[in-house]
Amino acid sequence: MKPTLAGLALLAALALAGCGQGIPNSGLNGVDTAGNFQQDSPEFFVASIGDRVLFTVDQSNLNPEAMSILDAQAAWLMQNVEFSALIEGHADEQGTREYNLALGARRASAVQSYLVSRGVANNRLTTVTYGKERPLEICSTEACWSKNRRAVTVVSAGLNS
Amino acid sequence: MKVLRQILTLFALLLAATPALAQSTSGPLRIEITEGVIEPLPFATPAFVAENAAARRLADDLAAVVVADLVGSGIFREIPSAAHISGIGNFDAPVQFSDWKAVNAQALVTGAVSQRGNGQIAVKFRLFDVFAEAALGEGLQFVGPESDWRRMAHKVADAVYARLTGERGYFDSRVVFVSEAGPKDARRKRLALMDYDGANVRNLTDDRALVLAPRFSPDGNQVLYTSYETGMPRVFVLDLATMRRRALDDLPGMTFAPRFSPDGRTVLMSLSEGGNTDIYSVDLASGQRSRLTRAPSIETAPSYAPDGGQIVFESDRAGNQQLYIMQAGGGEARRISFGAGRYGTPVWSPRGDLIAFTKINKGRFHIGVMRLDGSEERLLTASFLDEGPTWSPNGRVLMFFRETPGSSGAPSLYSVDVSGRNLKRVNTPGFGSDPSWSALLK
Repeated sequence: MKPTLAGLALLAALALAGCGQGIPNSGLNGVDTAGNFQQDSPEFFVASIGDRVLFTVDQSNLNPEAMSILDAQAAWLMQNVEFSALIEGHADEQGTREYNLALGARRASAVQSYLVSRGVANNRLTTVTYGKERPLEICSTEACWSKNRRAVTVVSAGLNS
Repeated sequence: MKVLRQILTLFALLLAATPALAQSTSGPLRIEITEGVIEPLPFATPAFVAENAAARRLADDLAAVVVADLVGSGIFREIPSAAHISGIGNFDAPVQFSDWKAVNAQALVTGAVSQRGNGQIAVKFRLFDVFAEAALGEGLQFVGPESDWRRMAHKVADAVYARLTGERGYFDSRVVFVSEAGPKDARRKRLALMDYDGANVRNLTDDRALVLAPRFSPDGNQVLYTSYETGMPRVFVLDLATMRRRALDDLPGMTFAPRFSPDGRTVLMSLSEGGNTDIYSVDLASGQRSRLTRAPSIETAPSYAPDGGQIVFESDRAGNQQLYIMQAGGGEARRISFGAGRYGTPVWSPRGDLIAFTKINKGRFHIGVMRLDGSEERLLTASFLDEGPTWSPNGRVLMFFRETPGSSGAPSLYSVDVSGRNLKRVNTPGFGSDPSWSALLK
């Protein structure tokens, strides 16, 4: 499905409202005539569920906020069984390259384990680490680093190979 | 990559008029490389003789590279040609030592270049101890294709360095690194090869897949690296003669941080599986692998001792990144880093005596060295981000990369003496990171 202009506007609105705070809202059920994302779309997953969790420096443990986002991710994945997910683990630039690859793998795995503990089948989940290779934010202060220390759940139709 | 396979012929030029080596009472001219501040040894390199007119420019270019190598080492100081009293018009004519004493040149490098048929050139040089009025060693001649003229200049400089320091040089060597382009949040990376001084950069891969941390094989014919071309980080080996590459292993999970053993037969690397990263060795011929560490912590960045008997690596088993040494077969490891902060990317010196590392402390990054028991830690650099040291072939210089902070931040290659002196940027055309220095070329 291609996001329409109206869909993108909704995405922006949801982002402003603070995405990823809740589970799918029954009020958005089905296809909206205005072109809102379907609940079973990856776009909805990103905009309404929240596709990422953040970590503190050099850590891979999940805080309560991350767990609530992952609870919602798990619920969505349980409802939308035709999707699989690739979990990307990332680190900020304040570390050495290879250590950060290992750290990103640890973060991705922490998310995978949590989703499995919430009932998602392990064979629907794959992990990859990008270490510090794919920063989202490019300033060199904690404001950016805190957003780069992340694990992102990328859902797509079909099973992982 | 044809140039990599070409072998320069090298033989001692017979000198009919070689005087017996005059032994001054203080011994032959020699500069000791020490840890302390040194006074660079002054030398002169008068314009190399062009033995045919067509070789004039080549002779000048060649001499300039020799001078740049020697001065760039920080151990030698050039007496500029403007100060010279005389030049060298005939390579075989007797040297007027008084002219060189007068400008206080302690060493004199003379050279001659001739163009032969078939694109071949010949480069001759002699080294003199000016105050002893004697040749230092025999004159040498290098013959090879003109396209290799820089290598011949580096060989001359290596010979001068070796005769004056008593140690092997490092100029005729190459560096494989990651050439980077594009903005910080969409960086494109490819493997590239260059001469140690940043000349002759050529790309080894395209930038379609993210590539990281290449490492030379001991013979310089192969490069290990990590590529995302399958979507996951995976160790590949690239043959420089054929430019063929293959995945090293079909292990489940992600592999990275590869490094060759000193005999080139084994590869160490990290495998990350289920969030846990450990060190494995893979026999290149058989593909047989063995697991060397078995811990829930991160074990990565392994590097062999020059004799292949031990491995230095980093682990966060004690809570954060620290350096450890274990036997090559794995087993018990002893921690060697105990200072403040975190330590990573250990690399064993080719001389066997030191471990180079990256240290992170209070938000600053350092390149440093320590002894094998962790003593005598010395930080050589400090910046927002210095990372990934690699040793020169003779263990006297470290190359690494330095990244500038901020949204336009980007990495460049730098080198620094193991003493901490002579920090300088390596002149590459674009951004550069993850250098790996070859052995001296054959």
